[in-house]
Amino acid sequence: MSVLAVVCALLVVLPLILVLFYLLKMGVSSLNWNFFTKLPEPAGVDGGGMANAIVGTLELMGLALVMGVPIGLLGGIYLSEYGSEKTNTWIRFGADVLNGVPSIVWGLIGFTLVVAPMGGYSAFAGGLVLACIMVPLVLRTTEEVLVLVPTSYREAGMALGIPRWKITFNIVLRTAAKGIVTGVLLALGRIAGETAPLLFTALGTTLWNTSLKDPIAALPLQIYNYAISPYPDQNRQAWAGALVLILMVFLLSASVRIVSSRRKK
Amino acid sequence: MNSVITNQPFVMSDPAKPVTESVPVHPTAPAPSPSPAAATPVPQQEIAFDIQDLSIFYGSHQAVKNVTMHIPSGSVTSIIGPSGCGKSTALRALNRMHELTPGARHTGKILMKGQDLYGPGVDATVVRRRVGMVFQKSNPFPTLTIAENVLVGLRLNGVRDKTFLNKRLEESLRMAALWDEVKDHLNRPGTGLSGGQQQRLCIARALAVRPEILLMDEPCSALDPIATAKVEELIHALKSQYTVVIVTHNMQQAARVSEKTAFFYMGKLIEYGPTEQIFMNPKDPQTEAYVSGRFG
Amino acid sequence: MSKATTQALPLSAADLPAPNRLGNRVFEGLTLVSAAMIGVLFLLVVWVLVSGARMAMGVYGWSFLTNMHWNPVTDNYGALPFIYGTVVTSAIALLIAVPLSVGTAIYLTDLAPVWQRQPLTSVIEMLAAVPSVIWGLWGLFVLTPWLDAYPYTWLNKHFGSIPLFGAPFSASCLMSAGVIVAIMILPIVTSVSREILRSVPDLQREAAYGLGATRWEVTRIAVLSYARRGLMGAAVLGLGRALGETMAVTMVVGNSPKIPASLLQPGWTLASVIANQFGEASTDIQRSVLFEIGLVLVGVTILVNIGALILIKSIETPGSRRA
Repeated sequence: MSVLAVVCALLVVLPLILVLFYLLKMGVSSLNWNFFTKLPEPAGVDGGGMANAIVGTLELMGLALVMGVPIGLLGGIYLSEYGSEKTNTWIRFGADVLNGVPSIVWGLIGFTLVVAPMGGYSAFAGGLVLACIMVPLVLRTTEEVLVLVPTSYREAGMALGIPRWKITFNIVLRTAAKGIVTGVLLALGRIAGETAPLLFTALGTTLWNTSLKDPIAALPLQIYNYAISPYPDQNRQAWAGALVLILMVFLLSASVRIVSSRRKK
Repeated sequence: MNSVITNQPFVMSDPAKPVTESVPVHPTAPAPSPSPAAATPVPQQEIAFDIQDLSIFYGSHQAVKNVTMHIPSGSVTSIIGPSGCGKSTALRALNRMHELTPGARHTGKILMKGQDLYGPGVDATVVRRRVGMVFQKSNPFPTLTIAENVLVGLRLNGVRDKTFLNKRLEESLRMAALWDEVKDHLNRPGTGLSGGQQQRLCIARALAVRPEILLMDEPCSALDPIATAKVEELIHALKSQYTVVIVTHNMQQAARVSEKTAFFYMGKLIEYGPTEQIFMNPKDPQTEAYVSGRFG
Repeated sequence: MSKATTQALPLSAADLPAPNRLGNRVFEGLTLVSAAMIGVLFLLVVWVLVSGARMAMGVYGWSFLTNMHWNPVTDNYGALPFIYGTVVTSAIALLIAVPLSVGTAIYLTDLAPVWQRQPLTSVIEMLAAVPSVIWGLWGLFVLTPWLDAYPYTWLNKHFGSIPLFGAPFSASCLMSAGVIVAIMILPIVTSVSREILRSVPDLQREAAYGLGATRWEVTRIAVLSYARRGLMGAAVLGLGRALGETMAVTMVVGNSPKIPASLLQPGWTLASVIANQFGEASTDIQRSVLFEIGLVLVGVTILVNIGALILIKSIETPGSRRA
């Protein structure tokens, strides 16, 4: 019987090994200077690169961070410092529900609320829907970390006659900083690979993005388009792009581990 | 008296008004003998706290019952009693900390130097600056250095002058008898100190704001005897400039450090008087039973 | 004192500048608004989907859910093929993933030597971190051709008489989508199952050992039956994830708006049809239909997730916190 359990564990490990193996095998040879610096060539033409997609993903992550993290952070603070038990239960429940919404639906939301009124696909729309995905994630992780900060620190701050908000901002947040950063990094890792919500918001492009109001390329989008393309050269580049993407995601996971294990200052 | 006397009201402090008082001097090492407060009332001595018929409720539970007492300035007053007798609750009412517990309310009045602590328009934050507190378990802020811990009360209340802050830093650490031990390590984390040192750091932190009154809630209960002795020494030293109210369940400590002692039992103030009298010659039989160790 | 400073130095606490009363209120207000955004986002999701779907709902009514046609030319739209596809791929995914996950969870909590636990946990975390589109890429070029060449061929050869495994079969089919989704829900079902199993009090295990049970018997009797509802919750949570998987599915499911007789033939799911068709939707009614599909998808997903949370919380003992 325990043999069965071992077999299960092995079968769970197998796909990861296979995926990493093939990513390396099929993608490494295409990781050249051109890949990282050139724009995509038109369909059917060999060569070119994914420079704009790599930069685009970074840009979208930055947008999502700027728009999503403050709200998630402040919301988490509300739950931990101000909210009543009843309100908190509802908000937590709402956040859990939002976390379960399929990401393609966020694409529909972004399309209706931003793309349609603005008259076009844009980096802003893409960043916004990614931010929407981040907010409930960051809110939950922030709350969980803040609740762990001992009450005695808040009391000590109050006893010194420091205004409540300064205590929360300067003392409580600082104490919980590592955990909060970890939560943000995890959320970033999650949205780095999101494709579906970008399909009808950021859209993707073969050009550099110069304005928030224009479409923007993103690595997952480009991988998808190239993977289903009939041109083998684009398929090859899809593997390379996928390798870069997985490296990005694993880098974020690794930094989570570094942040959480670093000894306190 | 060298006590820091101001006439500032609670509601607004006017920074333009010149404040004339002496700079706090470094404490001299005192001989640890509690001078028995004279049985005759000293009319010149100011009243730090005028507590009138104070009752405190947590929800429907009444933790403090109709307490009336005067706490004198410039001396150490201790509050003793068995666990759960309401002494910590009463102490917390003196700097409005009991309000932090949901469901807490009080009846009665507390006047600090003639001003109603709970009057309309009185900001609790300002009260807590003037009435400092040290807790049972030391709690230096973990992400701050020793220096930052001491100065946090000033910095987060808007004080920026570096020279002033550095001077205050040294003064406060000296008053807490910690300066010599940490002066070369001011940038180390506050949590890197031993238990006794951390508690003295918390005392320095509370003093840095220059409150007029210092409340201490069983400050030595988590400390070893040597650290306890150091803290008691510094309480003696503080006596000249501060009013100290200390809650303790260690009767010997009360006898060592305070001039007046109040005995609480089941939320009521049973007896209050000069320390020597409470311990040598208690008037109430319950007091007598407690101080002779028959219950606790 | 020093008169050179512009700021009056606070010689005592009473000299400190009065605290700005607004600060507390503004800060609390900001946090409240941010927390309220959860409610706002939820309402937005519902509102956008409902208003987008209104046209289609008006035209097709309830028959939308039972209509198995999808014809943009004649504007005859029905969601049944996609409902079927979603149900089938999710069922396949659960059938494959739940036993594997629970088995792995048992291994991790009771059987594995201590040195294996952290690495195995890390592997599962890495598995969870792989983006959907990469699973799709690998599935499209590596997994499904292999499935086509070996398991499907074998299935068709030996069970082809059952329509479920009938010919013609292809690499991109409902079965392939089910397998890929199974891989993608393994991490969450495994980690939740593990938490559930961990929260089973040791007392239960000890009691069973005390009665002379073997290791497996202890697991089966004391642990699994106690944790049954929680494990079901883990499976339902996996189902909630499976329902929403889009990119990997759309790359291997074949994208065909039919209800195939065989599992080895192309189909479509609710999520993947939206991904595929929305960008090219040329008419308002077509777009509205896709919104309605989104509404159905979200409605079902939310209900499933709520069910999962209830099941999981029902065995959460006070001491055990879900990581």
